[in-house]
Amino acid sequence: MIAIIDYDMGNLRSVQKGFERVGHKCIITRNPKDILDASHVVLPGVGAFKDCMENLQNYGLIEPILNVINDGKPFLGICLGLQLLFTESEEFGIHKGLDIIKGRVVRFDFSNIEGSDDIIKVPHMGWNNIKILQDAPLLKDIPDNSYFYFVHSYYVVPEDEDVIATKTDYGIEFTSSIWKDNIFACQFHPEKSQKMGSMILKNFGDLK
Amino acid sequence: MLTKRIIPCLDVKDGRVVKGVSFIKLRDAGDPVECAIVYEEQGADELVFLDITASHENRKIIINVVERTAAHVSMPLTVGGGIRTLDDIRELLNAGADKVSINTAAVDNPEFVKEASLKFGSQCIVVAIDAKRRSATWTPGDVSEIDTFKFFAPSSVVPEWDIYTHGGRINREIDVIEWAKRVEELGAGEILLTSMDRDGTKEGYDVDLIYEVSTKVNIPVIASGGAGEIDHLYFALTEGKADAALAASIFHFGELTIPETKRFLKEKGINVRM
Repeated sequence: MIAIIDYDMGNLRSVQKGFERVGHKCIITRNPKDILDASHVVLPGVGAFKDCMENLQNYGLIEPILNVINDGKPFLGICLGLQLLFTESEEFGIHKGLDIIKGRVVRFDFSNIEGSDDIIKVPHMGWNNIKILQDAPLLKDIPDNSYFYFVHSYYVVPEDEDVIATKTDYGIEFTSSIWKDNIFACQFHPEKSQKMGSMILKNFGDLK
Repeated sequence: MLTKRIIPCLDVKDGRVVKGVSFIKLRDAGDPVECAIVYEEQGADELVFLDITASHENRKIIINVVERTAAHVSMPLTVGGGIRTLDDIRELLNAGADKVSINTAAVDNPEFVKEASLKFGSQCIVVAIDAKRRSATWTPGDVSEIDTFKFFAPSSVVPEWDIYTHGGRINREIDVIEWAKRVEELGAGEILLTSMDRDGTKEGYDVDLIYEVSTKVNIPVIASGGAGEIDHLYFALTEGKADAALAASIFHFGELTIPETKRFLKEKGINVRM
């Protein structure tokens, strides 16, 4: 059973529906026992970084998350669920993250090119393609340059570039997903990315 | 590279698509869920439901429509129409909407946009702006004369637009550029910009309007109102510098399919997702 961690941050139903469409059962839960008992764990999330960390703390979910990651269970972070894995974020001040992946979460800053008609808009919203750097198990059957749906204003900068699974070009080249051992986490939304997104969810659920 | 988005919009009243989608044999062309599935299969980049249900008691119906839609499609879904409270937003997001679009309530109480974006994140708060040219003395050039169309009025007449609410009935006497900048500051993540002059005319988007707003804010702008031909989408995305183009009837009645539209745009050098 896949456990989707519910900490009041964002639309978990669409993640659940996404898994159901590819034949994987999952529950939405904030019960630490359910999370520890699950075969796979998903950390979704939209909203502000600080609020997310506070909610994880208040619901007593940080320890279960660290436990399942240390146990080697397949772990999927989506959007803010990717950013939370990092050391710290600069969203509305500096806030500490889970520090499972060393690095920072920073804002797109295109202010230096102002004055041009071709403003690069923030949030980065819409369909963009991924450049695959590593054959992560979750990217199985996904062609290079496939399109995924993004909506975010901040992106991750890992210290160790070896964790970068894909990059995406939006004014700059940023890390659009990471892969480290049992952890895969992506900035884009597989649950909103039609066929290619469903493939990632299927690959995740298929992991043993 | 980020692609330009093509977004069909369905008007939904009491849980039924107004006029329906007629380009393909559907068991029930009035069912928003069936229409959504077809658009997903065609490769639409997003979908918008505009709920035009008038009676208050029937407003819950849209929640059920959104739930059923979210169970069947995996593309971003925006829902607008009659949203006035944080609870309205929460209900729609919980039902499976990804974004909500706020119009009248934002103008009545701009703080609502701020509260909503702080609560749910800017990424899911779209402000819909209905704009109309202030002076009737000059109307934008017809798209057939696009070669000479400079997307500005003759230099003596600078076009200006007022924003309207209540489905375009009430002039709020607020300048559209001023309002667009304001909603960005308040935390809106995107602007859905409709020309009241062009809406329903099929004469093309008001490219001046789209350009003026799109180049004054740093958040994405969706062009809306007036799409009648494939070229219209092209001009909105190029001259107008829109990030996305929304259209209703041209898609619903089969005059254009999404794949056709995207192929055309791609051949013209616009980056779209095929």
